[in-house]
Amino acid sequence: VENVRLLDRVSSRKAALGTLYLTATHVIFVENVSETRKETWVLHSQISSIEKQATTATGCPLLIRCKNFQVIQLIIPQERDCHDVYISLIRLARPVKYEELYCFSFNPKLDKEEREQGWKLVDLNEEYNRMGIPNNYWQISDVNRDYGVCDSYPTEVYVPKSATAHIIVGSSKFRSRRRFPALSYYCKDNNASICRSSQPLSGFSARCLEDEQMLQAIRKANPGSDFIYVVDTRPKLNAMANRAAGKGYENEDNYSNIKFQFIGIENIHVMRNSLQKMLEVCELKSPSMSDFLWGLENSGWLKHIKAIMDAGIFIAKAVAEEGVSVLVHCSDGWDRTAQVCSVASLLLDPYYRTMKGFMVLIEKDWVSFGHKFNHRYGNLDGDPKEISPVIDQFIECVWQLMEQFPCAFEFNERFLIHIQHHIYSCQFGNFLCNSQKERRELKIQERTYSLWDHLWKNRADYLNPLYRSEHSQTQGTLHPQMAPCNFLYKFWSGMYNRFEKGLHPRQSVTDYLMAVKEETQQLEEELEVLGERLANLQKLQLNGNKVNSKQQDRSKQLGLSASSNSIANTPQEYSNDLKSFPSRSPSQGDEEDSALILTQDNLKSSDPDLSVNSDQESGVEDLSCRSPSAGGCLPSEDSGKDSDEAVCLAV
Amino acid sequence: MLRSGQPLTGPNRKRCHEDEVLLGTVLDEGERGFIIDTRSAQAAKQARMMGGGTEPKSSYPQWKRLHRPLERGRPLQESFIKLVEACNDASLSMDRWLSRLESCRWLSHVKAALSTACLAAQCVDREEVSVLVHGAEGTDTTLLVTALAQVILDPACRTLVGFQGLLEREWIKAGHPFHLRCARSAYSHARLKQEAPLFLLFLDCVWQLSRQFPFSLEFGEGLLLTLFDNAYASDYGTFLCNNEKERRVAGRWGQQCLCKVKESTHSLWAWLNQPEEKKKYLNPLYSHNPLVIWPSVEPQSIQLWQGLFFRWIRSSQYLDEAQAEMQRLVQGN
Repeated sequence: VENVRLLDRVSSRKAALGTLYLTATHVIFVENVSETRKETWVLHSQISSIEKQATTATGCPLLIRCKNFQVIQLIIPQERDCHDVYISLIRLARPVKYEELYCFSFNPKLDKEEREQGWKLVDLNEEYNRMGIPNNYWQISDVNRDYGVCDSYPTEVYVPKSATAHIIVGSSKFRSRRRFPALSYYCKDNNASICRSSQPLSGFSARCLEDEQMLQAIRKANPGSDFIYVVDTRPKLNAMANRAAGKGYENEDNYSNIKFQFIGIENIHVMRNSLQKMLEVCELKSPSMSDFLWGLENSGWLKHIKAIMDAGIFIAKAVAEEGVSVLVHCSDGWDRTAQVCSVASLLLDPYYRTMKGFMVLIEKDWVSFGHKFNHRYGNLDGDPKEISPVIDQFIECVWQLMEQFPCAFEFNERFLIHIQHHIYSCQFGNFLCNSQKERRELKIQERTYSLWDHLWKNRADYLNPLYRSEHSQTQGTLHPQMAPCNFLYKFWSGMYNRFEKGLHPRQSVTDYLMAVKEETQQLEEELEVLGERLANLQKLQLNGNKVNSKQQDRSKQLGLSASSNSIANTPQEYSNDLKSFPSRSPSQGDEEDSALILTQDNLKSSDPDLSVNSDQESGVEDLSCRSPSAGGCLPSEDSGKDSDEAVCLAV
Repeated sequence: MLRSGQPLTGPNRKRCHEDEVLLGTVLDEGERGFIIDTRSAQAAKQARMMGGGTEPKSSYPQWKRLHRPLERGRPLQESFIKLVEACNDASLSMDRWLSRLESCRWLSHVKAALSTACLAAQCVDREEVSVLVHGAEGTDTTLLVTALAQVILDPACRTLVGFQGLLEREWIKAGHPFHLRCARSAYSHARLKQEAPLFLLFLDCVWQLSRQFPFSLEFGEGLLLTLFDNAYASDYGTFLCNNEKERRVAGRWGQQCLCKVKESTHSLWAWLNQPEEKKKYLNPLYSHNPLVIWPSVEPQSIQLWQGLFFRWIRSSQYLDEAQAEMQRLVQGN
């Protein structure tokens, strides 16, 4: 469709004129301005809702809201065209079959072996081995090898040595969705563990010997403690209400040596509404400070984030400080349980704060344990009541921790944002379906590519320059301050206002520091090379040989000159009083337009699907140049070769 | 950019030929100028009854007046006190924190101050029009606006030395009554009439700028905290008294002076500029930015200055470590 206008979210006066394209996988808007031809790409999978607004004099407005919080406002001149686009998008954004998803047509031009290798990058068996399992207390069980015991669990589960197959099967019959207690994290320093399950089908008085034995087995697997905590992450009222439906929670009288604890985290419906309210605040036009703060509080979002964090802290403390094992569950054990177990693991074990470790963590507690990605994030058209920002909340908890502990994580904010983006994008196969069983049936690993491989290949973009593995902040357990620390929870505008360039600091400190780090490394390597050369020359001189004055090719300089940071930016509308100013003709646009505003996204976009602002100012090249040593390997001796890695990696 | 006190028009709409000529000299024939009045239109009108007022259109035809009310005086001090109380309230649940923060209104004041300063800067830089800023006395919100506008406009004011010069010029010499305004701070029970944290508000706004433009200021948060401390209680004479008259030696015209500040005290700047001290205050990321820096004043962009308001409440250990790491990286290069 031609002559479509794309409105700027912040400054409604700025509208780009261009052409709108609909393909099988994307919506694409291409600006008419001939020099830039700026493109905005949106994957259908990202579309959360489409709203057709009332036709005005300028045309027919269409509002597209995305799951990655991008909001696109289009004005389509003809009502008929607008309607057609609307209907098409509705259909395209609600696929019925998995095969419609982008991951099945996405082609990064890797061969079969490379694809396979990519999937092998994260190996959970290796992970449990790293934890120290199998050992005297824990073992791997194949009781679920054909998904016969629990179809939402993986084929390989880790259980206490004293839990026989009989006990496991018996316990599974007494748990909602058959999700029996299984190991999530084992701390080899003190044998304390974090196990997870779903709620017991205890009703008001039902008991199950095998389930009670299962919990005893978990306790016995930790000789250092004579009891375990059982943590129910639901509000007490909800858990009690479940009893009327024949489910509920563990009775301390029936289960020997447990200490039961409620930690009230609200359910998926509350969270869905909370996000909705927060996004409404983000959509306010020129809100006052009051509007914003009231709106944010009213949504309850940060309160929920804190609740998840507090639960994680409780569990981490129980394991690290008390040396007591914890069994965590909610209702079905695939939402709040996943959030809380992964936050706790992150606090406990510095490995999960490395890039690789974080991928492993998500693979373990979310993917393998059957978090319902399809239902929660709408891969396919489904029940809107199942949709909920569960993993988004976990990702935000990680970001909040990164803000409190800037040196403790190997990865940066961009890593988190890209992961969130791809959970919804369905460009890779990792987050499809609701369980391992479904993914294997669909042969995901043979037909799609792994996100982890893609991120790993681009890991230079995702590093935190302040991370040093020998730094004190990265060792051991993280101790976030608990109450009173409400103020420590900030609104994550990098995520929820991601595409509003004008809101963010114009200059990325992370990228600058990474460039500095790389340049220093490069210079140090050069120094080494020159030192060796000098030694050689001295040797040659001693041997009386003629020395050729060889011109050393200097490897590409990063040129971190002052000018690289001089970036023009434009004032926003500070005055509501537009008439105050002498009128300017609309054609007299600002030359230094918002196109020049740099954010992390612009500098390092390794995915064309993120609507890339492809404009680059001269200073940008300097910051985003990478030395040959990018990617962690040392350059070969002749560092004179011009290795030129493209900034925007076409995938 | 000019600043002044309010014109003393009074209820009888007095005129002053000299004042009109003075303002007239600023503008060329046919040129327009803006007056940014930091009082609301209502307050400015009421000021007339007390002998003050605004510039009447008829007497100053080339000047257009804009009202951008900025809080000052008691209400601003109350806002500050409430914020400090909220920060110290350990019983506050997450449920209530944001609304409590909102009810202090401090962040709204930061937003308003930044917006007004940006407006003044816009007049000068974008519209290329002269601007006169005044409130009532010209010693509080006026200085806030003109000083902040210069940080936004002028890269020289963003250097360590330039910023000191700005403070000397736009706050100290310009006659901000530090002695009255920075008397007891937020914990005192004595609610002094003349006390108001305008200077702190200015420092907060500068901090917001440093957050939004991490490469553009030569100094870091540490300097701002030190300035805050010294405005209220200092080993040095720089922030003493209320104006130059009170500070000076008996001058050529034989004025009495209260303090003989220059003879009897040391200058804060002299101490700060010593090499070993100075390096503590420098921003390792600084790189001269010759352009104007336009901040975002959207609520998401304005944050609570944790380094100041939670300074004694929570440990800054991890953030300090990050800062040290940043320094190490840059210096290593």
